[in-house]
Amino acid sequence: MTPAATALKVEKVAVHFGGLVALSDMNFTVGEGEIVSLIGPNGAGKTTAFNVVTGFLDPTHGAVSYRGTALNGRKPHQIAELGLIRTFQRTSVFPNDTVYDNLLIGLHRQGKVSLLEAILGLPRALSSQRRLRERASELVEWVGLERRAHDLAGSLSYGEQRLVGVALALAAEPSMLLLDEPVSGMNASETHTFVQLVRNIRDRGVTILLVEHDMPMVMSVSDRIVVLNYGRIIAEGPPDVIRNDPAVIEAYLGQGATRA
Amino acid sequence: MKSALAILSVVAFASVPFWLRDPYLMNALITTGIFIIGAMSLNLLLGFTGQLSLGHIAFFGIGAYVSALTSLGFDVGLPFGFRIVHAPWPPIVGFVLAIVVAGLCGYLVGLLSFRVRGAYFVIVTISFAEVVRLVALNWVELTQGPLALTNVPLMTIGLPGLGDLTLRTKLQNYYLVLAVAVVTYVLISRLVHSHFGRAMRGLMENETLAVSVGIDVTRTLTLAAVISAGIAGAAGSLYAHYIRIIDPEVFAFINTVTMVIMVITGGKGSLAGPVVGGMIFGLLPVFLRPIMAPEAQWIAYGGVLIVILFVLPRGIVPSLALRFAKRRSRPEKAAPVAFSERSVKEHA
Repeated sequence: MTPAATALKVEKVAVHFGGLVALSDMNFTVGEGEIVSLIGPNGAGKTTAFNVVTGFLDPTHGAVSYRGTALNGRKPHQIAELGLIRTFQRTSVFPNDTVYDNLLIGLHRQGKVSLLEAILGLPRALSSQRRLRERASELVEWVGLERRAHDLAGSLSYGEQRLVGVALALAAEPSMLLLDEPVSGMNASETHTFVQLVRNIRDRGVTILLVEHDMPMVMSVSDRIVVLNYGRIIAEGPPDVIRNDPAVIEAYLGQGATRA
Repeated sequence: MKSALAILSVVAFASVPFWLRDPYLMNALITTGIFIIGAMSLNLLLGFTGQLSLGHIAFFGIGAYVSALTSLGFDVGLPFGFRIVHAPWPPIVGFVLAIVVAGLCGYLVGLLSFRVRGAYFVIVTISFAEVVRLVALNWVELTQGPLALTNVPLMTIGLPGLGDLTLRTKLQNYYLVLAVAVVTYVLISRLVHSHFGRAMRGLMENETLAVSVGIDVTRTLTLAAVISAGIAGAAGSLYAHYIRIIDPEVFAFINTVTMVIMVITGGKGSLAGPVVGGMIFGLLPVFLRPIMAPEAQWIAYGGVLIVILFVLPRGIVPSLALRFAKRRSRPEKAAPVAFSERSVKEHA
């Protein structure tokens, strides 16, 4: 569908929780450098799809692959190692650490020196430590939280914690970033800033998969939109097509009318 | 400022033998020091990963027995007619083996229990300590059972240029324990400030998020258990060669509880916490003994414990640190804890 190489491929994925079918036969792809949004009414299976891709949930059927590597059966931290990094729907930070220390924890993938080197304080460990500190400061600045850098992350406002969450994900050096409802609970100006941030991230070459309820935000930022309803894909295409798709309109607006 | 305080403390501890001549108090300080090393190792797990090892004394006791048996030698029969005969080796080899074997046991316990964690880890560690105690009690041929391993050799250290030094006096043993305690402190400090320490903190605060940035839970926790157990084994070895008699009572639950009390009152998750808590609860019985009847001593012990936890619920060191920090930033009592998405996997 897109000329770019495929980054993420979701094939015939189904998830059953006991008798409940959360997802059935889901197929979609995300190209390198694309911003793709996954939308749908509450309970449509968006977060479930997210959890399957990031290894927090094993699919009942189907396969997910990233850059040609099958993700089935891999643990979340192993998927993170491949560069596929997610954020969480609700605020998710390390609450008892400062914002700066949060990012140092997030830089885990970059900081790998052997334990012995770290304990003995060898030059390589020290220089790696210095690099990480610089990188953490950069990231704090990048999401605009310099003033809050030395406050406990748990004491930040909702919107600010969201930004910490994104910075944490970026600290893990993703090649693909999965954002789960990043702007819910944000006001209009925060959302606007966030959209800029998402575009910036993409311009750095990071592929983005977004789950979001905020339609204006989705329409303005996405290259392509995948619409889920009752665990099935009902439409897929660029924002202009989706906006006028009858099935989508019915899913969002027509439920009340069809209910007897 | 923190490191200045640490250096000052080391100097203060090093000066003790110069003004304290009472052998009874020196003895109390040495055994307290050994228990503080154990408490520091427990703190690495409890304070920095949040995993409570209620069988921590098992690693200490294993260290003690391994070190004692290595330096005493043994002759044991095994099934199918095999026999192991071991000639005595120098105690310093026992010290190293104590660390290795205890660390290995930490690995096994970690491997068994960290897939599920939390309460399971607590139960596995308690059971492990009990099983080890029963083995020590019943494998009479190896451990002498309740008759105890006696005449454990004194620790001998080979000093370059000076030949072998056998630690006979309390003074020598005091400095040995102090040296091992300082090394342990520095080791744990380096560890928790490395990327590995940040991984442990991340896991304790928000496991789901930690995993999502690429932190391997099982590996991180198991490694912490291995290092913690290894240090406890080192403390056990010091104990064996200082007390010179080891019986299965070393595995008693009360010994683990003592270490837990030291860590909790001093402040879990703070490097100096176990040292402060350990000094208080290690020496308290010594000071209570001359002034109280035995029953009253334990009541007073409990009273002190309750008062400390009531006044300084986070533990002595973190509470004081917070009080000092308050003048710098605005007061923050209990930081609001953000939601975590801990439950995601549980729906599967």
